[in-house]
Amino acid sequence: MPSAAGPLKTTALTRLFRDMGARMVDFAGWELPVQFSSVLEEHQAVRTAAGLFDVSHMGEVEVRGRAALEVVQKLTSNDVSRLGPGQAQYTALTTDKGTFVDDIIVYRRDEDDFLLVVNASNTDKDFAWIASQARGQVEVINASARYAQLALQGPRARAILQTLVQVPLAPIRSFHFIETAVGGTKCIVARTGYTGEDGFEIYAPPGDAPDLFSALVREGSPHGLLPCGLGARDTLRLEARLLLYGNDLDETTTVLEAGLDSIVKLGKGPFIGSEALTREKERGPLRRLMGFEMIDAGIPRHGYPIRVEGAETGAVTSGTFGPTVKKSIGLAYFPSRAAGVGTRFSVGIRGRDAQAVIVPTPFYRRAH
Amino acid sequence: MSKGNGIYPEDLKYTKEHEWLAVNGGVGTVGITHYAQSELGDIVYVELPAAGSPVVAGEEFGTVESVKAVSEIFAPVSGEVLGVNTALATSPETINKDPYGDGWLLKLKLADSKELDALMTAAEYRKYIEEEAN
Repeated sequence: MPSAAGPLKTTALTRLFRDMGARMVDFAGWELPVQFSSVLEEHQAVRTAAGLFDVSHMGEVEVRGRAALEVVQKLTSNDVSRLGPGQAQYTALTTDKGTFVDDIIVYRRDEDDFLLVVNASNTDKDFAWIASQARGQVEVINASARYAQLALQGPRARAILQTLVQVPLAPIRSFHFIETAVGGTKCIVARTGYTGEDGFEIYAPPGDAPDLFSALVREGSPHGLLPCGLGARDTLRLEARLLLYGNDLDETTTVLEAGLDSIVKLGKGPFIGSEALTREKERGPLRRLMGFEMIDAGIPRHGYPIRVEGAETGAVTSGTFGPTVKKSIGLAYFPSRAAGVGTRFSVGIRGRDAQAVIVPTPFYRRAH
Repeated sequence: MSKGNGIYPEDLKYTKEHEWLAVNGGVGTVGITHYAQSELGDIVYVELPAAGSPVVAGEEFGTVESVKAVSEIFAPVSGEVLGVNTALATSPETINKDPYGDGWLLKLKLADSKELDALMTAAEYRKYIEEEAN
């Protein structure tokens, strides 16, 4: 698919996916599969068995050296010092206003060795920002081209991955990782994901990614595994209230407005944005990102206007039909005075005011 | 699935927006084509006009939504809505399964049979799709 901005970037798996007949789309300048078979079937496979995603477009920034901990602490809102080697955390790269440069995962590989996994569309911006803030004995490397990333997600993910890994996977807890061979290739194997299910994210050398993908499909198929595209990834993450940069988060939304108080550690010492977030915490955020479901018929979509008591207060940041919850659901920022669960409001759907209500999130939580 | 297996049933008329029209006397049945449902993917919601509403050839009269996208549906011809396929409210996926049969959208009382001349035949529509694909 041609793009105005020039040829699309490809991952190590793009050719395989074209051969598999996946429907490919332009996502943030990358040629990626939106679906292999059906978004609903792929979504269901992840909830009940397993799904395999190529997320190699994600960026990887390595921060290493004696000052690495100090640099990462200064750049992020969560407390990296709480991580031991082999542990990971969700966090925000913050601006001095307490808004998002990006939302990322930090992996601590060793005392002085961090891997920051960033959103594809932000890789260049994040790398430049991190490099510009680095002080002291530290190396900042945009290593994105050296990592392919596969996400194996779903209740059968562990059993499937175990067939290709020698060491036992059961002891790896959520947000922990090991470095081990997967089907003979040395990989980072992390118990993390973006679907609301148990699962793993596997960082592999790009050259080995096609064989690894095929091996996981082969081992996983008897368990009900399906290769999955971005369509299912979006419905899965939204049901689990996992946020999407560029839709739900950006440089105008603060970490507290997004409801991510758990990744704001004001007691850890100063970081970029800590003053603004301290003030905001004291007076309370002016608006809050809340989940809602439709009462009237219709599917809320990104950008549809939100009206509270007749006045436009914002827009839908993410919205879809949730295949597991079987409801039309969405996220939007609401003025704090009108952000309580149970608040009724309307979504403008193609000129019609459709009633909706703020509900508790996540929309979906796995039972085990 | 009498018509559901044919990708371009011979007895239908087609639009460039990928609707089909079956004419029986002065009554037309409207749906979206196999190609349209395939491009959209899993359909999860349909919005249709009420019986009695007027529709105008070439103008939007409703929407079909998949998980990922909203697609407007355009009237192949002008007329008055006689009834809609109410089963789609609870089973919109029928459009994917049987776009030319049980997945029909609505029935119209045709206003002007001359409007039919502007629509494509099955052969013309097939050629149009093949050209669009290239």
